[in-house]
Amino acid sequence: MDHLIYLDHAATTGCTAGVVEAMLPYFSEHYGNPSSIYRLGAESKKAITEARRTIAESLHADASEIYFTAGGSEADNWALIAAAEAYSDKGKHIITSKIEHHAVLHTCEYLQKKGFQITYIDVDEEGILKLDELEKAIRPDTILISVMFANNEIGTIQPIAEIGKLAKERGILFHTDAVQAYGHLPIDVEKLSIDMLSASGHKLHGPKGIGFLYIRKGVKIRSFLHGGAQERKRRAGTENVPGIVGFGAAVKEAFENLEQRSEKERQLRDYLIAQIESRIPHCRLNGDRQKRLPGNVNFSFRFIEGESLLIMLDMKKICASSGSACTSGSLDPSHVLLAIGLPHEIAHGSLRLTLSWENTMEEMDYVVDAIAEIVEKLRNMSPLYEDFVKKQHAEGKEQTNVQ
Amino acid sequence: MYSEKVMDHFTNPRNMGEIENASGVGTVGNAKCGDIMRIYLDIDENQVIRECKFKTFGCGAAVATSSMATELVKGKTINEALAVTNKAVMEALDGLPPVKVHCSLLAEEAIHAALWDYAQKNGIEIQGLEKPKADIHEDEEEEEY
Repeated sequence: MDHLIYLDHAATTGCTAGVVEAMLPYFSEHYGNPSSIYRLGAESKKAITEARRTIAESLHADASEIYFTAGGSEADNWALIAAAEAYSDKGKHIITSKIEHHAVLHTCEYLQKKGFQITYIDVDEEGILKLDELEKAIRPDTILISVMFANNEIGTIQPIAEIGKLAKERGILFHTDAVQAYGHLPIDVEKLSIDMLSASGHKLHGPKGIGFLYIRKGVKIRSFLHGGAQERKRRAGTENVPGIVGFGAAVKEAFENLEQRSEKERQLRDYLIAQIESRIPHCRLNGDRQKRLPGNVNFSFRFIEGESLLIMLDMKKICASSGSACTSGSLDPSHVLLAIGLPHEIAHGSLRLTLSWENTMEEMDYVVDAIAEIVEKLRNMSPLYEDFVKKQHAEGKEQTNVQ
Repeated sequence: MYSEKVMDHFTNPRNMGEIENASGVGTVGNAKCGDIMRIYLDIDENQVIRECKFKTFGCGAAVATSSMATELVKGKTINEALAVTNKAVMEALDGLPPVKVHCSLLAEEAIHAALWDYAQKNGIEIQGLEKPKADIHEDEEEEEY
């Protein structure tokens, strides 16, 4: 292939032409401050109002419940810290899962240092939250449950409706990090009983540096940034107008084409999974086969290490990602892969391919060929594979001798 | 992230493979941390390393340091090979990113482990050579984040 094959859409996406076109006038033409009284400012304000409405409609929420942030991580930090503070007189117990994004996990660690108690619920081997454990973990002083909508590494979609129902019955706030799901799956905050939801622009072909936190009307929550009266005084700072406009445009495109886009992605995904499973021995699909984001493929290949695989894929112009320690800057591989029960050495050999409707079947064929070739090359280099082959050979011989 | 030399040794590793009936074999590292290196040495009667091969499970830096380490000890006497440090391996590769320095330590340890195996098999003592650690990560502390 002579072009780059981008299969890391869970990391970020490029803006579509429509998104860029929508944003451009707001850099140097309609640059007015939305808080200003003159017409130039009013134009910016109008654009923000429109984007907010588009986003609210996509979630079946009210526009006054959408608060723009600088991204998904900020929204997660805000939801957890500000809700914990606001409800600390009721209790200091928070429940989350073991497979959350670090924006949630590290914020929970921070809250733990501030005197909150956190319970981390296990997932099963497919990466689905154990609802019975969640129910058992609820205490009279539980103030917040935070469980991601869909996992960023293995794509598993969580039982959000069940969690929402449980939280509502017990009078506990429910926050979901929907950064990977928003714009890819239909979400109705009303039906799912979601009180707070985090999302990010750049995961759905919008710009980076913009996200939002949905906060249901009536939820007590502290301001996140103090200063001006922006975002109903809850998040001060002059709005990122081009970012908000681009986000709005991306949401519009995503929801107008949600079904077609995800159907195409599911086809590519299932084809890629089937091809890898039939062509490459000693591999394992991580995550649930059905309850899975349309564009997510995650495999572990035994006897090899992920970073080597990524560098070799990059040389073939394929962008992908891995849960290996070498790609995370620590010695431990991905906490998500460990949580679903993978041994360390197998977690190190993981590969995540996240697809978009823009990818093609031809690209999938090229990628499968490339992975098969590289995995074989790395296995020939691997002392673990050497030991495995020798052991198999010895066992084979033993059996022959017995016969 | 990696120098051109590291990329070269990663993509075209030198001396990759096994030596049958090797004079000494050393395996270091562990799968938990994501790197395992195995070095094979073929040593002649004058204690010169005739042949050196490696197999490595690990990242790009782990493969490149193994490859470079085999190049550096090939043709050397066992005492000269013992003097090849992780610094020498890193310098020969035009440096490594800080988080990958442990890979070069692993390469040094793998050579030492193979020399130790050779010494054990032949009932000799190599001055300055210590018994290899079972796991080179055991002294390392995980970084705080």
